[in-house]
Amino acid sequence: MKKGVILAALLAIGASQGFAQKLNGAGASFPYPIYSKWFSEYSQQHSGVQINYQSIGSGGGIKQVTSGVVDFGASDGPMSDAQLAESKVKLVHIPTVLGAVVPIYNLPGVSAELKFSPDVLADIYLGKLTNWSDPRIAKDNPGVKLPDTKINVVHRSDGSGTTYIFTDYLSKVSADWKNSVGKNTAVPWPLGIGAKGNEAVAGMVRQLPGTIGYVELIYALQNKIPFGYIKNSSGNWVKGSIEGVTEAAASVKEMPADYRVSITNAPGKESYPISSFTWLLIPVKAQDAEKGKVIKDFLNWMLDQGESQASSLYYAPLPKSVADKVRASISKLQ
Amino acid sequence: MPGPFDTPDPVKQTPPALPPGQEPSAIRKFLLSRGSSALADRGFRWLMIGCALSIFAIVALIATELVMRSQLTIAKFGLKFFFGTAWDPVNGDFGALPFIYGTLVSSAVALVIAVPLAVGVSIFITEMCPKFLRGPLSFLTELLAAIPSVVYGLWAIFVLVPLLREHVNPVLMKLFGWSGLFVEPNFGIGMLAAGVILSIMILPVISSLTREVMTSVPHSQREAVLALGATRWEMIRMGVLRNARIGIVGSIILGLGRALGETMAVTMVIGNRPDIVKNLLAPGYSMASVIANEFSEASDDMYLSALIEIGLALFIVTIIVNALARLLVWAVTRGAPARVN
Repeated sequence: MKKGVILAALLAIGASQGFAQKLNGAGASFPYPIYSKWFSEYSQQHSGVQINYQSIGSGGGIKQVTSGVVDFGASDGPMSDAQLAESKVKLVHIPTVLGAVVPIYNLPGVSAELKFSPDVLADIYLGKLTNWSDPRIAKDNPGVKLPDTKINVVHRSDGSGTTYIFTDYLSKVSADWKNSVGKNTAVPWPLGIGAKGNEAVAGMVRQLPGTIGYVELIYALQNKIPFGYIKNSSGNWVKGSIEGVTEAAASVKEMPADYRVSITNAPGKESYPISSFTWLLIPVKAQDAEKGKVIKDFLNWMLDQGESQASSLYYAPLPKSVADKVRASISKLQ
Repeated sequence: MPGPFDTPDPVKQTPPALPPGQEPSAIRKFLLSRGSSALADRGFRWLMIGCALSIFAIVALIATELVMRSQLTIAKFGLKFFFGTAWDPVNGDFGALPFIYGTLVSSAVALVIAVPLAVGVSIFITEMCPKFLRGPLSFLTELLAAIPSVVYGLWAIFVLVPLLREHVNPVLMKLFGWSGLFVEPNFGIGMLAAGVILSIMILPVISSLTREVMTSVPHSQREAVLALGATRWEMIRMGVLRNARIGIVGSIILGLGRALGETMAVTMVIGNRPDIVKNLLAPGYSMASVIANEFSEASDDMYLSALIEIGLALFIVTIIVNALARLLVWAVTRGAPARVN
């Protein structure tokens, strides 16, 4: 009798394990809130599927997926050609949502929202423009009385996708920046102090009068931090917004087949210029067919249901043109 | 031939006859009943040797792992890595000197502040404190050790840094600006802020150990000095501090170890700028901070290798600093007769 019960229990465990499909992913921390929401909702709707995601950073995500440790990776910056060539697993980039970076500042006595043209922003971060009363800033902000205060520059000290997007943008709009600094998740900043994480950058800017910094759009929106306008490539002053970011993604004229594209300084009248995709890194051929099926099903679910939830967490969803293209790419996965 | 770790085998003895009417004690009974202990003794000895050797194994594993994983930068930069001042992940040019400098300077600032404070606290608690205050005071100092470093960091950002910027740094600049150690820019965060937060973090380590050592100085020493006509301060200096100095230096070494390796709180206030400047108010960077900051998003191999070599540099610096400290202890305590000065 007792033995029978134990046997039944063992069988039950075995059976449930047989059905359960467990996927492991790792990578970027920037899209972690929306990913964890997606994965938990998908698991609820599909019993027996469990997706674990560790937000260990893009670098770690790329390392683990290329060596086949996890079933999928995630990154805020596209992988380089060399990285793709070295990878043991053949990967495709699947864009999921978009993020953006906004400039924040603390200038006592100035209540107007400041405007920054690209070259001014670059020169502030290059240390060429050191005072708020500089005529070049005044030219962008007619009617605003700018104080004679030294500009303090704050940047992220931790390697981050935010820094990647910001420096990618500065590299596109300033040749000086491109030659002397460049773009990466961490760069040799010409000046300024480094603060760890969005919260520390925002905290530093709030505390120190005359300071400029940059944070993720999501962070600024969630915490209701005021931020400045940027002049986009069409010459319009735009303020970071979910719509402006999606517009930037939609305005990319020739979307490459592997989606590894930078959309900073994108064309388009309302495009917000400091925007970027974030990607899932999916093996073209999954380690076992069952897992591959689940990944494909999840990606389609993401396009059908997931994307519409993005803006509730302040992420910009993919524009329809890109989503349609991604759907075609998903069907090619094995 | 007995080896260095051998203990002499217990000699077989017949127990001496007990006086009539007396029972053998409980311990005696156990020892008589348990049979031969030779095997257990040998087993115990090897177990302890294993424990001791595992330390060597752990250190060796750490060192080899660090060296293996930083092959790329070791091959490319060689020894220049430890003296280079560039840190450019974009072009793959790396040097560790600004980080080594930042770690050493922030730890030194921490020691300068924490050591006198910790020794003072210990003297007060062991020698002068009214009994009712002793318990709470020691409890509070030890409580400081239990606070997580991220909490220290947050507290530093929101309380300590504004305090330094508004009230302390202006005074320092006015009084000691001539030294070049305290000059503009005054951000609040920087090397000094990191040193101050570190000093608060290592204070409980140094003071609790120092207190233990000072408590264990025999009372006869104090009484003897007092009997010779010393004042209380002279008694503490000659009777207590002199006897406890090895332990005090030991506790400082432990505190220094904590300061060298501290990551989170330092990262939050040091300013994270890889520059070598004399000015303590300027932002700096430490080895532990750069690893914590950049490791998770570093994706290319050269960059990762450079970060791991920073870990190796931290390992080497810790060994050197500890060796110097031990040398200091040895120099201070050699012979060590009780002297007045």
